[in-house]
Amino acid sequence: MFMKAAWLTVSLAFWGLILSLIIGFFCALVRFWRWPVVARLAGIYIELARNTPLMIQLFFLYYGLPRVGLLLEGRTCAIVGLAFLGGGYMAEAFRGGFSAISRSQIEAGLSIGLRRFQLLRYVIFPQAVAVALPAITATAIFLIKETSVFSIVALPDLMYVAKDLLKEGHNNESNLLLVLSYLLIILPVSLFFGRLEKRVRFAGFGD
Amino acid sequence: MPDNPQVVLKITDLVKSFDSTKVLKGINLTVGHREVTVIIGPSGCGKSTLLRCLNGLEPIDSGQIELNGQLITAPGTNWSAIRQKIGMVFQNYELFPHLNVIDNILLGPVKVQGRPRQEAIIDAQSWLDRVGLKDRALSFPRQLSGGQKQRVAIVRALCMSPQIMLFDEVTASLDPEMVREVLDVMLNLAKGGLTMLIVTHEMAFARAVADRIIFMDDGHIVETAQPEAFFNNPETERARRFLNIFQFQELERRRA
Repeated sequence: MFMKAAWLTVSLAFWGLILSLIIGFFCALVRFWRWPVVARLAGIYIELARNTPLMIQLFFLYYGLPRVGLLLEGRTCAIVGLAFLGGGYMAEAFRGGFSAISRSQIEAGLSIGLRRFQLLRYVIFPQAVAVALPAITATAIFLIKETSVFSIVALPDLMYVAKDLLKEGHNNESNLLLVLSYLLIILPVSLFFGRLEKRVRFAGFGD
Repeated sequence: MPDNPQVVLKITDLVKSFDSTKVLKGINLTVGHREVTVIIGPSGCGKSTLLRCLNGLEPIDSGQIELNGQLITAPGTNWSAIRQKIGMVFQNYELFPHLNVIDNILLGPVKVQGRPRQEAIIDAQSWLDRVGLKDRALSFPRQLSGGQKQRVAIVRALCMSPQIMLFDEVTASLDPEMVREVLDVMLNLAKGGLTMLIVTHEMAFARAVADRIIFMDDGHIVETAQPEAFFNNPETERARRFLNIFQFQELERRRA
């Protein structure tokens, strides 16, 4: 039962993270390019996502939306909720990376004839990600921890199962198991990003 | 002095402002094939802005720029295509820090011009060899000195096979002992017949490399002359004062 719960937590976190990264990247990109209306909308979204708690966002998705006829199942709610929250934070992480690219680097790219997309792909993106990676790592870890509120939308994830066990009186074991499970999930992610950081740091800057 | 009738670059009545400040106040200039033109003048006279207008890094207010007879200031200009024909080297090198030397050089030829990688590598290697960096192809920019970086930046621009090269104060950020190695490369390029437009504060170099000196002040071209004539006997009072200040600075430097 615990394994199943752990697997659910991992898969929800995984998809939430992937979507967060995609949303965050595009939000940061339209703001970097200063696309008239879209950049403004992205800005509003980011503030909204970052300044409301995940629990409230999930409540809204799970209990609020059905009232206007949109019924989402628990899993979908969890992933959408996490992506909504994470997108805002990832956008800020990427923004830090984008803003580290100097105007003259872009001009150097332009002056060898790179077109807009090529400039992004070969000059801006690799450098921005390298700079943003520590912030992305921190956000990823924070998001995985946030999954512990998923139980409020009736998902049998780690937290939910642990609470059940607690009610049945398995206090010490389930507490310990819960801590260990999260550690076991997050530690590899942390290490993976740490290694990645060292690699791009070497390629990029690292004097 | 090459007196080649073939015109590479023709600038007519070029005007450029930043907000309400006019930086270029009607520039007329023609650069011939294989000609080396050096632009000098006090800081803020508009010489760097002029270069940046030529490859579209700065939009212009009015006037015309023609590259080999093609008007490049018309609306809808394909700047990517134009910039491939105009090489530019910057004051702070601007190598891409995440790419090694050879990838810095190949980005343009391979990704923009679509040349076969192997062919471009051979080309790049031969240029690296010529600027004395044969064994540096796999180094990253941070492993190079300023002078080496700038030589790579020059090769990066050359490998696009441009019709004209723009040099924007390319030795201004270098330690004195590295200035020479970069200027030597440029002198060799000039001897090889490359068409060049150079903005510099290195007066001795300007004198040595130039076919023609353009003296700019306050957004105008004040004087156009042969280098010997300009440095020995400038026509305008403004140029004379400018050269005096430079001589004074040279003296100061020697005393210090």
